[in-house]
Amino acid sequence: MKPLLEVRELRVEFPTRRGTLRALDDISFAIAPGEILGVVGESGAGKSLTGAAIIGLLEPPGRIAGGEILLDGRRIDDLDADAMRKLRGKQIGAVFQDPLTSLNPLYTVGRQLVETIRTHLPLGAGAARERAIELLRQTGIPAPEARVDQYPHQFSGGMRQRVVIALALAAEPRLIVADEPTTALDVSIQAQIIALLRHLAKEKGAAVMLVTHDMGVIAETCDRVAVMYAGRIAELGPVHEVIHVPAHPYTRGLMGSIPAMDEERERLLQIDGAMPRLNAIPRGCAFNPRCPQVFERCRRERPELMPAGRTQAACWLHAPAAAPVGQEAPR
Amino acid sequence: MSALVLVQDLCKTFDVSAPWLERTLERKPRRFVHAVDGVSFAIARGTTLALVGESGCGKSTVARLLVGLYAPTRGSVHFDGQETGALLRSAGAPRLRRRMQMIFQDPYASLNPRWRVRDIVAEPLREHGILRESRALQARVGELLQQVGLAAADAGKFPHQFSGGQRQRISIARALATQPEFLVCDEPTSALDVSVQAQVLNIMKDLQRRQGLTYLFISHNLAVVRHVSDEVGVMYLGRLVELAPKKLLFAQPRHPYTRMLLDAIPDIRMSGRARTPVRGEVPNPLDPPSGCAFHPRCPHANARCSAERPRLARHDGVEVACHAVEEGRI
Repeated sequence: MKPLLEVRELRVEFPTRRGTLRALDDISFAIAPGEILGVVGESGAGKSLTGAAIIGLLEPPGRIAGGEILLDGRRIDDLDADAMRKLRGKQIGAVFQDPLTSLNPLYTVGRQLVETIRTHLPLGAGAARERAIELLRQTGIPAPEARVDQYPHQFSGGMRQRVVIALALAAEPRLIVADEPTTALDVSIQAQIIALLRHLAKEKGAAVMLVTHDMGVIAETCDRVAVMYAGRIAELGPVHEVIHVPAHPYTRGLMGSIPAMDEERERLLQIDGAMPRLNAIPRGCAFNPRCPQVFERCRRERPELMPAGRTQAACWLHAPAAAPVGQEAPR
Repeated sequence: MSALVLVQDLCKTFDVSAPWLERTLERKPRRFVHAVDGVSFAIARGTTLALVGESGCGKSTVARLLVGLYAPTRGSVHFDGQETGALLRSAGAPRLRRRMQMIFQDPYASLNPRWRVRDIVAEPLREHGILRESRALQARVGELLQQVGLAAADAGKFPHQFSGGQRQRISIARALATQPEFLVCDEPTSALDVSVQAQVLNIMKDLQRRQGLTYLFISHNLAVVRHVSDEVGVMYLGRLVELAPKKLLFAQPRHPYTRMLLDAIPDIRMSGRARTPVRGEVPNPLDPPSGCAFHPRCPHANARCSAERPRLARHDGVEVACHAVEEGRI
């Protein structure tokens, strides 16, 4: 299927007094309608920044310094602020981590929904209110006719996140960028929000980009996943393959360090060290100082994404004429 | 094995009433939150008890009650056979405090940003008068840092020069300074990334094996709890609903709430188990449901559940507070 969102060689930079920091480099991926792409990584890997660049909400002085973002074949990274604002909400819906800061505490939920609906759709006040109630019902809020006139503080955390999702859906956007939508919620509520996101992709054909650090959420929700490390994509592939037969040593380490529910292990696999800071990204492969399988080429040359089994990995172990052979993934 | 920590009928009530004037004018009653309501458990020496539950269930309040950061409204805590409530108010308090320490969730907030690591880790040593001479202090700090996988040379740095995982190790080193027997860890890895969480959990397990430490481990992450604990207590709205050895709890959860929590964990290996979306949410602790607090969300609830509060009772080696389990309905 033709992708709805295409990101090509995206580069985001932050100019600072001590030189320019490259926060994202060479990010390329695509999402088809009805598909959920997970973007996973540890803090500082650049996953939220990727989402912010797509919805045009990069915090200055951050700026897109290269590459392009296409929505339905049309470039959107060079739009001015006004055109981008029209696009956001209408074509792209955004859901952020903290539902409380995404809502205005002084307005009723209904008023916020109606305002968003009428900005993007040619509806009268009455019809917009009908639609607001319908949206709340769709996102699973009980008694929406009564709830629509309540204020955000009268909703619980999970209910608020549903309201935020209802807001993001107000104009039936074709792309939803959700940045850690379940992180602030308890596990029991998490499952409900995930079911809702899946429903939107599978039934309504929305393309969803789900940014999270939680591999469990990714495993359950996504079709494909991009693993980010130090501002680049380390591995990209179908979610089942990335989790069960990861090709990049970083993905393997990440998977091994998660305590599992179905097995007993005395010690967790650990990746020693920490992700490099943006001003000290090592030469060659950014992961090489922590990599258990590092060899000479990794320190010299930066790997691009290349086919590795059934996924793509930015790792020299998978170069066509690579000397050492990758190990099997730890179970 | 003797219990190092024994908690009996522990209660903590917070007064959340409106200010006096408002209360008088609007004739509002006083309001109380029963954050912890009749919790009892024991932790054997050298083992780990984990408390799990969703936000607002009172697990962090239990942690704070144990180390004496809050005074209990009712009930008692015994440490190594001694009642701590009276002891913490007496002259013997420092001796007791040396033996139990706490590790907090946020390694960014729990270290003084203007102190060097040397001073942070040495503070308990000075405070308790364990070491005074600066050369001995320096040697001991270096030793403590090495124990948690940092270098002795790191002592001269400031907290901002470390990553989150390294900071959490500094707080572990500080907690270990007085050679405590009992560590209370309140969500020690929740603020950390998974690969760093693995480093910290490994260190905590190594330390337990080497020094025979006893842990109370507070977490909302069941996978982490399964990795670190020997026994698990599940809390819901201030009460323990199930208390069981780890193996039994995960293999055969008894209480409907425990089952619900286990079902709600995202399944990373995707073994085909369908995740059951959970009904409803945690009720407002200001206005808890009658009877069993879980009954509005429970698929097995009947009239008795909404009227009578179940007590924690022993069934096949685990303690469960549930009428349905007691009556053999589930």
